[in-house]
Formats: sequence, structure tokens, C-alpha cells
Amino acid sequence: MHSIVKTILERLGLGVLTLFAVSIIIFSAIEMLPGDFGEAILGQRATPETVAAFRRQLGLDQHPFVRYIQWVLGAIQGDLGTSFSGRNASGVDRSREVVGLIAPRLWNTMFLASMTAIIAVPISLALGITTALFRNSVFDRSVNTATLTTISFPEFFVAYILILLMASLYPVFPSLANVDADTLIGERVYRTALPALTLTLVIVAHMMRMTRAAIINLLASPYIQMARLSGASQLEIIIKHALPNAWAPIATVIAFNLAYLVVGVVVVEVVFVYPGIGQLMVDAVRTRDIPVVQGCALIFAVTYILLNLIADIIGIITNPRLLHPK
Amino acid sequence: MTEKPNTYSALSEVGAIRENRTIFANIKISLLKSPLTARFGMVVILIYAVVAIFAPLIAPYGEAEVFPIPYAPWSSEFIFGTDQIGRDIFSRMVYGARNTVGIAVATTLLAFLIGGSLGLAAAINRSYLDLVFSRTVDVLMAIPQLIFALVLLSIFGSTVINLIMIIAILDSTRVFRLTRAVSLNVVVMDYVEAARLRGEGLGWVMRKEILPNILPPLIAEFGLRFCFVFLSIAALSFLGVGIQPPTADWGSMVRENASLIQFAKYDLKAGITPLLPAAAIALLTVAVNFVVDWFLHKTSGIRDE
Repeated sequence: MHSIVKTILERLGLGVLTLFAVSIIIFSAIEMLPGDFGEAILGQRATPETVAAFRRQLGLDQHPFVRYIQWVLGAIQGDLGTSFSGRNASGVDRSREVVGLIAPRLWNTMFLASMTAIIAVPISLALGITTALFRNSVFDRSVNTATLTTISFPEFFVAYILILLMASLYPVFPSLANVDADTLIGERVYRTALPALTLTLVIVAHMMRMTRAAIINLLASPYIQMARLSGASQLEIIIKHALPNAWAPIATVIAFNLAYLVVGVVVVEVVFVYPGIGQLMVDAVRTRDIPVVQGCALIFAVTYILLNLIADIIGIITNPRLLHPK
Repeated sequence: MTEKPNTYSALSEVGAIRENRTIFANIKISLLKSPLTARFGMVVILIYAVVAIFAPLIAPYGEAEVFPIPYAPWSSEFIFGTDQIGRDIFSRMVYGARNTVGIAVATTLLAFLIGGSLGLAAAINRSYLDLVFSRTVDVLMAIPQLIFALVLLSIFGSTVINLIMIIAILDSTRVFRLTRAVSLNVVVMDYVEAARLRGEGLGWVMRKEILPNILPPLIAEFGLRFCFVFLSIAALSFLGVGIQPPTADWGSMVRENASLIQFAKYDLKAGITPLLPAAAIALLTVAVNFVVDWFLHKTSGIRDE
């Protein structure tokens, strides 16, 4: 078999295994709840019968193995169970489907994340490559100091500084990013400007530093020096010699930071009261609504693992050494 | 410095009394040579430590003491005003240094205790132990840490003990990886084998033979991990699922007073009040990063380019 196909298949297999392990961890969240959580959710006036009915509805009378299979099959078909909230002691069930809660918010989160990515990726690649080329110049040093500082700042600090400057003192953008399904695309971009800007500032710092390190690492390798000695121009060295080897590290950097974005949205969504999946998850954690937490965690984890997997595969495909097996 | 003789003599070299510097003298010399950023970092860390230790003496009021005026402006009575239920913000910032930083230090220490000892054990005992630990860590690291922490907090509830345990265990995965990687190079050394051959136990070899040789990268990692843990705890408290009121904590203070920002146009001081605790978090993280940067530079033996 071709070595690339083999490596990719191996990597895919590993990814599936990781997904399997992660799904078990998230599933066992409901196993680890204390035994009396039925009373805690339904209220103290709940009769033993309603509690028993609630437990039966959750399938707690079945073997964990059976429930895991049902849960995974349901999740694949888009059924993540029902929320804990909306149930009460009298046994009246007004709870909502977890999928119904997540779906509209997932779209909002994706919108915010892709808007950030569209702004942040070109900026950080350009900054990373130019700082690597003009190493130790004033430009390089000032960019480095600036990014080192933003990395040390908590996300909500960056967010509130932006709100203070651009929404409160000089009202350019709204400080609350309240959008709904009917919001037009232009209005949507305007309202999500500040959250997207916050996330951009946070991930550009990481992405730019990693790109710079990857390129510097590459430029120090002997074959680049050889090309330079043989009289190739700077442009030629970069485009013809450095770039083919640089795709893998750059792809890794981008995917890694998009994965980082998955986590970053949680805090930023809460700051700007943006109706996304991160805010839903935080609210669910506060009210200990486990099915919703599980659903959100599953989506976050799967996105994170998939992005890392894609980065690995791009790294494998673009590796020139693997294209010509010995 | 004594005058050097022009000719080399082995006898005089052996005979010369080597001056042994004490540890303090060594520390003093490296401190004198430290760059400005590192000095700035150390001063900041020192100030935070003093504030945290002597919090009750520095704070004018108690951390949960409520006054009748909520959202009082900056004044000589309340230096940074009062918060939404009338607690003095300056006092809460001072106590916050004790609570937030204290919890972060405790968490980082615990993470190093767990991750470090398991990493060392895995590096020495390269059999099933290493395999089980490494694969477990791989899986744990496949889930974003904040998401994992949120899931665990929703199961066990947000108490300080749970918070410390959860973040410490999640963070120990990184410590485990680093410890295992650096000690793999040390474990194969002859002196480790000699120690094992003369019958020393696993614990002794870990403490006396390997640990001293992997200490510099671990100390640097401690600083970086502290920053990470500190920011995670601040983020969780900010989200309302970390340190719970009435305990004064910087992350939740930002959240509680955030609405003041919209008044920045009319009263700039009130507008920046919610940013003060956030700035306190950022300043400490920057300071620790500066010191770690210098320490890494010093111990890795890299000279300036």
C-alpha cells in the first residue's frame, strides 16, 4: 500500500478510537451523579413514584452498557435526550429536547467562529511570515512584545477593554451581541464585531508566534542554507524551497488555533451575551442540567478532535518526503 | 580575583583554595545580572505575595462587609467605590489576592505532585504502567480543558475543593507528559542504573537520582502552568461556576461589576472599576511569564544571538 494512504488510515483509526474514549467519558457523566439526584431535580415534594418514573424515563433501570449504545446511536441520529429543566414534582413534563436547544445556537457559534477565522488567519500568517523574515528588527520585537502581552491577558479582560473603548467611550459597535434567526447578515456582522475582534486578538497572538517559530525553524535547516549559498534569491528560497515544507506546520498551527477557538468562544459568548452554544453550556452547568452539558461537551469535543485530525492529515499529505517513498 | 601566574602549574591549580560560593551568593550574582523585565516581574510577584499574606492588615474593611450604599463612587472612604450590594471593592481586591492566587498555587502544586510522580514512575518503569498512563493522558488531552472542567463541575458541583481537584487532575496531564519526556533522558544514565543495582527502591531513585537532574525545566513549567491554572480558575469564576460568593475573587468580581462599564462616558473611574480585578489577573500573569522567560534563558544555557 502507498505509505501516505497507510499513514492516513492509521491516523483516522486513532481518531475514531479517541472519539470512542471521549464519548465514554462524557456518557459516564450521568453515571457519576449522586444517587438522590432525581429528588434534587424534581424538588423535595416529588413522590417516590414520580422519581421512579423519571429514572425509568432516563433508562437508569437498564444496564449502563445498553444505555451507552442507545445514547451513541441517538447522538449519531441527532437525538441527545431531553433537558432536566422543566420537570417538577407533580410529574408534569415540560422539558425540551436538547437538540432543539442546541441547533439554533450552534449555527450562531459557527458564525462567530468562522467570522473570527476569516479575519484572524490571514493576519496572523502575514505577521508570522514577515516577523520570521525580518527577525530581530524593531518590527519583529514590537510585534513580539505585543503578542506576549495579549497572551497573558484573560479573554474577558480583552473583551471588556474593547467594550470600554469601542462601545462605551466611543460608541462604534454595540456591547451586546444579541442576534436571532431573523437578523440580516449585515446587521449580524455589525453586532458580532466586538466578540469577533476579541477572539481575533486572542488567537492572532498564538497563531502568529507559532507560525514565526515554524518558519524560523525551517529557515535554519541546512538545505535552505545550501539554496542560499547556491545563489537563489530570497523570494525564490521562500516560494520554491521553504513553502513546500512549511505547509504542514502552518496547517497544524491554523487547525490548532481553530480548535483553541472552540474553547475561547465560551467566555466571549458570556461576556457579550451572544446566544451561542458556549453560553448554553455555562447556563446548563450552573443549573446542573446534565443532558444539555453532555450534548454541548460532545459537540465541542468532536469539533476539537476533528480539527486536530484534519491538521494531522494535511501535515501528512503535504509532506514532500512521503510523496516519494524509497 | 587573585593575580594569575603566567605559567601554568598543575600543582598550583590543585593547591589553590577554590572559593565555594554559598547558595545565597550565587542567587545574588544572578539577580544582579537579571534583565529589567525579570526584575519587574519579581517585584510584582513579591508585592502580590505580601498583599496576599497580610490581606487582613492591608484591607480597610472585611471581604464580605456590606455598606448601605451600593455602587458608591471612588472616594477617600471607599478607594475604588463599592460593588452592587455595597461591599468595598478595594478590600475585596486585597482579599482576592489571597483567595484567587492561593487557590491557583494550591492547584498547581497538586497538579505537579500528581503529574510529576506519575510521570517519573512511568519513565522508570517502562512496562504496562507507562502504557496505561500515557494512553489515559492522550484521551484526557483530547478534550478541551475548559469544556472538560465544565462537565466535571456540573457533576460534582462548584465548591473550592472540587475546583482545586478537577483543575489539578486535568492539568497534571501536561505535567505528566513533560516529566516523562525529560526524565526518559535521565533514566538511561549509568548512575541511575548503579543506584537500582545497589538495591535502591523506586521512590529513592525518583527523589535522589532523577529529580535533581530534571528540576530546571520543571521549575520553568511550574511558572507557565501556574499562569494557565490561574487563568482557567479566573475564567471559571468569571463564568459563575468557579469560586462562589461571598468569597472575594477577581474573576467573579469582574462579572459582578461588569454593568458599570456602560457608565464610563459619564464617570470614567466607575467605568474602569470592573477592569481593575481583570488587570490584577493580567499583571500577575505577565510578571510570572517575564520571570519564567528569564529563568528558561538562564538554565537552558542559550546565549544572546
